[in-house]
Amino acid sequence: MDNDKPLFQAIVTGDAKAAKALTEQALAAGVEPLKLVQESMMPAMDAVGRRFECNEYFVPELLLSARAMKSALELIRPLLAASGAPSAGRIVIGTVKGDLHDIGKNLVAAMLEGGGYEVFDLGVNVTPEHFIAAVKEKNARIVAMSALLTTTMPAMKTTIDALKQAGVRDRVKILVGGAPISSQFASEIGADGYSENAAGAVGLARKVLEG
Amino acid sequence: MKSMKPYQQLAIPDPANLRFGVAPRPLTTRQGLNIGGGLVYPELNFTLPPMFVDANTMPEVRRHYEEIIAGACRRAVELETPGLIVEFETLPPMTENPSWAIELTRILLDGMAQAHAQHGLKSVLRITPNDTREMERPPRMRSGKLYEAMLQTFDGCAAAGAELLSIESVGGKEVHDEALMTGDIRGVIFGLCVMGARDMRFLWTELDRIARKHGARCAGDTACGFGNTAMVLAGQKMISRVFAAVVRAISAARTLVCYECGAVGPGKDCGYENPILKAITGFPMAMEGKTSACAHPSPVGNIAAATCDTWSNESIQNIKLLGGMAPTCCLEQLIYDCRLMNEALAEGRDAALHYRKWMVNSDASRDPQAYVLSPESAVAIAQSIVAAPHAYAAGKAAALTAASLLREALQGGRLALPAREVKWLDRIQKAVEDLPSREDEFIREMMAEVDTTKFVAADYEL
Repeated sequence: MDNDKPLFQAIVTGDAKAAKALTEQALAAGVEPLKLVQESMMPAMDAVGRRFECNEYFVPELLLSARAMKSALELIRPLLAASGAPSAGRIVIGTVKGDLHDIGKNLVAAMLEGGGYEVFDLGVNVTPEHFIAAVKEKNARIVAMSALLTTTMPAMKTTIDALKQAGVRDRVKILVGGAPISSQFASEIGADGYSENAAGAVGLARKVLEG
Repeated sequence: MKSMKPYQQLAIPDPANLRFGVAPRPLTTRQGLNIGGGLVYPELNFTLPPMFVDANTMPEVRRHYEEIIAGACRRAVELETPGLIVEFETLPPMTENPSWAIELTRILLDGMAQAHAQHGLKSVLRITPNDTREMERPPRMRSGKLYEAMLQTFDGCAAAGAELLSIESVGGKEVHDEALMTGDIRGVIFGLCVMGARDMRFLWTELDRIARKHGARCAGDTACGFGNTAMVLAGQKMISRVFAAVVRAISAARTLVCYECGAVGPGKDCGYENPILKAITGFPMAMEGKTSACAHPSPVGNIAAATCDTWSNESIQNIKLLGGMAPTCCLEQLIYDCRLMNEALAEGRDAALHYRKWMVNSDASRDPQAYVLSPESAVAIAQSIVAAPHAYAAGKAAALTAASLLREALQGGRLALPAREVKWLDRIQKAVEDLPSREDEFIREMMAEVDTTKFVAADYEL
């Protein structure tokens, strides 16, 4: 397939315009959408992730790649849905009630999008009720919560308890993160996963959904 | 809005005079602390352990603050500190419920007054209500319940006796966060020097009014949500350290606005841009460095102290450590650091400069963010800011000066940078050089580029 490599390169170099154009061309030429995802797009994001891990890329480069990936995925996602192919999954993400910090959460959201997930960012100061409504409305498979204050950490547990009470806890995996959060705290409040940084979020999402 | 008094020349043009404990325009507090007058004082900040803050938990919250101030004052007396600055940074529920913040202010002031009456401990309280305007999105910066409650908190705490008013204001962050993540220096300058500067002018005019009403002092703001976010991201290898260093330099153009509106220092501790502002204004500055590792890492642990007038720990939870409650332990570290600085000051200018040299040299060559804070760099950046006619031009000038300083240091072997960092130096310089010279033209371009749904343009006079 001629356009495989250019699409891979377009995503790795963060060229959203080229990624979109190449995807359009490939689809017009009859290339299977799933094949594009599996043979060009996901390998490209894996390569970007490796460059980030080995300190070759910073987040700005990684985000450019994520945006290129997103622009290509926007063309492909409806076709995948129509063909019945399974999607990577939907994630609702937000900073918990009482907390206004959002740059870490935004980074995680961008990385998850780059990882092929459909991400619904609820913003900051998100109430448990808002998380519950979003899980139901979006049919999400993951709830990702962020907190940066010691006084808002307990809101993560409150949210998990509310998800239980609403009867939706078992249909989602819960991921938590933020400066004061630890893996021990995550376990104590009944979360399914904790990532120390934004870069680890994609791998963690994959892991909890596979597990 | 208050008429501006732009700084057109430096209060400290000679880097040798930009040093700890000495400010050309010191501040004398009600109890007689002379900040910037030849001594460095410890400044203690603290927060609660993991817990909710609401009406039900307020009894426990009160107990924490009583315990913190009692422990801090006791240790301050035992270690014979010549003075103590206590900073009370409110938490969001306290700013939303001003009566809680005011009550806790009184608790702290009572503890400080008791230590003064019993032991002669001189102290002063800095109140820093957190900027809750961003709790709604897009934030309403100049009206609404959140804004009103925040001003009531300032007013009530100043009326209760808090003498120094500070804030970590967030105007422009709506655009700046995204710019940091995407490495967009245009967005950084727009967030800091166009939006941020306008918000600062509005907000600090209001705070100046409150301070005058109660005989309090406007102390200063910080680019915490901007420069420190960049610093932490750079520390996590998320963004380039060079980029974070240039953001720091630009941020001084924004923070300067509070001093143009009447603030007199000491500048807020987490404003790592404060050496630049001290050079411009001559006002004393709080700084934090290795002693704030309890709150966040930084690459400027020693160099930050080189120009400080109060020495802070940023924030620590009130939890038990082996040595005692964490804020008390932190204060002990601060007091010993201050003792050493004051010993150097007591030996005279040469001794102080000698100690300063060690503080600077032990950090400056290791990280571009430290390099731009050396007294020589700070004065050069400050000079470029005062030579500019307005905040936008000042931000551009600061960016170019910082980039130029870093390039010269790199070429002169005074700073080591990996290739991937050097690439960013080139990228930043080109982006800044390509910016329009006129602010109105820049605004027109940026309003078409940024996500304007994230902020209320009218609140920024845009």
